[in-house]
Amino acid sequence: MADLARIDMPDNELEELRGQLDDILGYVSEVQKADVSNVPATIVPELRNVFREDAEPHRGGAFTEAILSNAPSTENGFLKVKKIIEK
Amino acid sequence: MNLKGLTIKKAMESMTSGEFTSEELTQAYLANIKERNGELNAYLSIFEDALEEAKKVDQMRAKGKKLGPLAGIPMAIKDAFMVKGREVRAASKVLQGHIATYDATAVRKLREAGAILLGMTNMDEFAMGASSENSAYGPVRNPVDTLRVPGGSSGGSAAAVAGGLALGAIGSDTGCSVRLPASFCGVVGLKPTYGAISRHGLIAMASSLDHVGPITNTVGDAEILFDVMKGIDPLDSTSVESSGEAGKVDNGEIIIGVPMDLPTDGVDPRVLANLKESVVRLEKLGYKTKEISLPNIRYAIPSYYIICPAEVSANMARFDGMRYGLHVDGDNLLGDYKRSRYAGFGKEVRRRIILGTYVLSAGYYDAYYYQATRVRELIRQDFARAFESVNAIVMPTTPGPAFKIGTKSKRSPLEMYVEDIFTAPTNHTGSPAISVPSGFVEEEGKQLPLGLQIIAPHLREDVLFSIGKRFLGEE
Repeated sequence: MADLARIDMPDNELEELRGQLDDILGYVSEVQKADVSNVPATIVPELRNVFREDAEPHRGGAFTEAILSNAPSTENGFLKVKKIIEK
Repeated sequence: MNLKGLTIKKAMESMTSGEFTSEELTQAYLANIKERNGELNAYLSIFEDALEEAKKVDQMRAKGKKLGPLAGIPMAIKDAFMVKGREVRAASKVLQGHIATYDATAVRKLREAGAILLGMTNMDEFAMGASSENSAYGPVRNPVDTLRVPGGSSGGSAAAVAGGLALGAIGSDTGCSVRLPASFCGVVGLKPTYGAISRHGLIAMASSLDHVGPITNTVGDAEILFDVMKGIDPLDSTSVESSGEAGKVDNGEIIIGVPMDLPTDGVDPRVLANLKESVVRLEKLGYKTKEISLPNIRYAIPSYYIICPAEVSANMARFDGMRYGLHVDGDNLLGDYKRSRYAGFGKEVRRRIILGTYVLSAGYYDAYYYQATRVRELIRQDFARAFESVNAIVMPTTPGPAFKIGTKSKRSPLEMYVEDIFTAPTNHTGSPAISVPSGFVEEEGKQLPLGLQIIAPHLREDVLFSIGKRFLGEE
């Protein structure tokens, strides 16, 4: 699960967490006792269109500098990350 | 300047009549912050230019310009809201040094109304917690008794208002996080209807449960802040327009529901006794009361601690050490992600992400997440049924008074989770709820506040304000 969640957990912490998650899952399993036979399989609330008209774009690059200044590593206006495809 | 007993309403009157200026008022709060924040740890950062902003408002007032409803009012902002140009961290190491590039809608509206922002307040990391002990920058202390927690996750905002370090504050409430700290600190906390205040610019925790709300000294002040911040926002697709029903409440007709099947396990008997006293007080004020049943709220915490972590695991995926936030180098790109996320997140955040990953994973999804969403519908139906015969529902805000720092956090995480027992139901349903001070219990010579929670149907915040004001004897 830690791998799926992409968190590098040390073994000793995994051990502690395992016990805690067992406790929590035991407790939240209470929901399985509820009688939900009258609840519809899917619940769709009232729908409305929340999309705006595709118009009035802001000037290109207006926010680039401020946004990139929060990035750990950049180069020429791009985020710099490790290469994904190994040779 | 004596800040005790001061409210937003009174301060606005005093500034209008020239009794004091915003600069003097802001100076008084900054002096209190200087004196007490070292101990309380309510603020993570102070905006040094607050005095300059206050002077500008004073100049505009002197010129007779038309001013907003909060012109010159010193306020505190939970560290979960974007405030342009300021460091915003959600009390996490992962966002250390992160400078917000825009204002959250709630913050923009406060500014436009003339509020003076004093600084960012401490909280549980990413709002995950009920005690404000999960901050990466140290726990917040309760101004009522500094050995105790102020509640969480908006503990810094509640401690700032209760301790005279701000005249009002905003927080976010996903399972308890505005109402519980307000109750622990003896102030007022409002969780409005889901979507009534835009969440654009609030760092998301669990999107179907997150709400924005004010923490104030009085119900009247909560109403003022709600009116400033509410309304539909094109930048938050879940935002809704308030009904504009305010003022239409006829007190003669109000029937208040008292649930007869509240959970009592782990609930301090003094809390239940206090609820009884509050019901008698409401009856003396002329309200009719009626027993109601909410049979499924006993499932509120189990379903909450499935749905919330599930949404947390999705929302926290954005913190990957690439676009913003802490970056720790690994052997490859995946290693970068994993090491950055371990180093950046605290224990509770990691716990919830992994728990959420589990309840959403193939093979467990139906038994946990899907079942929890259906139970949530049962809870919604309970409230809908109850509101067919009553105008409001009352219950305690918390299962006990503020506890001592270190007592619950050192034991099982579950002990902290059940603190949300009375507040989480309305995060599931989205109904508006307010916590108002309802009395005290004495422990070790300290008077620890308790809160009464009042709940109304969707978009009927006006009912909460009306009952809350009369309950507290305002006006």
